[in-house]
Amino acid sequence: MSAEIDVIPHIAPKAARVRREVIYRHTFLVRLTHWLNALTIFIMIGSGLNIFNAHPHLYWGQKGSELDRPFLSIDAVDGARGPRGITTIGPVKLDTTGFLGVATDHGQVLQKAWPSWLTIPSNQDLADARHWHFFFAWILVANGAVYLLWGLLSRHLKRDLWPTWRDLKSIPRSVLDHIRLRHPTGEAAKRYNVLQRLAYLGLIALVSLMVLTGLTMSPGFDAFAPWLLDLFGGRQSARSIHFFCASGIVAFIVVHLTEVVLAGPINEVKSMITGRYAVPPEHDREPALSPEGPPCP
Amino acid sequence: MPLITRRTALTTSAAGLGLGLSGCSKILFADKLTASSDFQHVLARGEAWTLASQRFLLSGGALAREYSPADISPKFKPNGTLYPGGEDYEDAVNEDFVSWRLKVDGMVARPLSLSLPELRALPARTQITRHDCVEGWSAIGQWTGVPVGLLLKAAGPFPQAKYAVFHCADNLEGEPAKGGEQAPGQYYESLALVDAVHPQTLIAYGMNGRPLDVAHGAPLRLRVERQLGYKQAKYIQRIQLTDRLSGLYGGKGGYWEDRGYEWYAGI
Repeated sequence: MSAEIDVIPHIAPKAARVRREVIYRHTFLVRLTHWLNALTIFIMIGSGLNIFNAHPHLYWGQKGSELDRPFLSIDAVDGARGPRGITTIGPVKLDTTGFLGVATDHGQVLQKAWPSWLTIPSNQDLADARHWHFFFAWILVANGAVYLLWGLLSRHLKRDLWPTWRDLKSIPRSVLDHIRLRHPTGEAAKRYNVLQRLAYLGLIALVSLMVLTGLTMSPGFDAFAPWLLDLFGGRQSARSIHFFCASGIVAFIVVHLTEVVLAGPINEVKSMITGRYAVPPEHDREPALSPEGPPCP
Repeated sequence: MPLITRRTALTTSAAGLGLGLSGCSKILFADKLTASSDFQHVLARGEAWTLASQRFLLSGGALAREYSPADISPKFKPNGTLYPGGEDYEDAVNEDFVSWRLKVDGMVARPLSLSLPELRALPARTQITRHDCVEGWSAIGQWTGVPVGLLLKAAGPFPQAKYAVFHCADNLEGEPAKGGEQAPGQYYESLALVDAVHPQTLIAYGMNGRPLDVAHGAPLRLRVERQLGYKQAKYIQRIQLTDRLSGLYGGKGGYWEDRGYEWYAGI
């Protein structure tokens, strides 16, 4: 640990408490649907990975089994010193032993695509994982529908998420600010910045795609809406897109949590629980960077 | 003042990472919940909602997509039982299934017992459809057979009959466990009558223009095109009409259903 960024002397917190403006940032409905969505997506990813483990291959088109050619496979193959986890993406073969294909769980070497610590339930059980997945899929859809409907009617989506022309023009500057770990202060901190807006809208798009590609995998729903098969190029394509969108959601979560931590985890998490957000004061914007350069480890 | 120091950021991230690595299931007590029958009861509501919504959406009797001959899988993956054991089946294979009978009985006015030539003489349907395994893979094949609805009409089900149960010749003894313990057992399946009389629900005897081969269920198998692969029972000997599933085998209406899978396999 080198340069400490906290350059403000000890009297600062007291002074800051006086100065800080508190606004009501998140309505009750946003907070409720946010946490329900967070829990549900966590469960959907965990149970989804368990389901994936039942057939760890991805294909493009209407059909695909081990007798066809997958473009992605996670296998366990016998090596000279025990089983190796091999992940194959197109022509590329990667040794992923320890994480994908072969991993150790409580001292036991298990041959499965995704390791036990990532899946729900932790042991390989397709039947139970499906029960989890399809129950919480209903919660995800119901919760998402309530949020979207309310978001449209209350104009939350239009007002808070839909980027304005000015927002779009500020993308380059916002990207630069994010790279330099500078977060908006004062008036600017009272509204979502353009990258936030795009990220949240992107998440809505990803979750919607998850639901649609998930339904395309259902032979019953396909009979009702065969156009889904055409939209996604087949059931196996839909399954692959389902996996890609899940990866996109994982990427969102990583960035989202990183930003929460960087922007002030206590204030941010508190605001998503109580709705009240302490606006970072304006003039503290400058010393965010140490003089030697960006505070990167 | 800066809203966050590097130290706070690193500690929080490390705590988060540690929490994650300890296990997704552990954080939510997911394994304990899975083992609780009360919680399984809650999860089972999901299946009930899925069944109710798909019954509603498919109330017009929509057909599963049918494909063109060019879409047929060059190799259709056989799954489950690949060769039923037992002397009876061995003999049946050796004599080319000449004495194989399909019985239709239970809650019917006119029980039937049909030989393969008799079945082949009935009006047939040929369809090229996609087979979706619960594990995630799909294969496309062409099936020829007698619509189950036709057989039921001939047998005349009693008004109180609710299910068609398909009894099979294969015993999945020794099938490796999927997760938990798995007892050996006779394969069987069941459908609600609304699915049994759907025009694409067949007792198939032909696949890709040839008689069904042993790995794919010779001489007779079920095709239920709007449901998953485990519903497509093979080696069928008997269709029983009944008003309840509780008295049969494990009581859940199918070999895999008795082992934890959903009875309604439309998703």
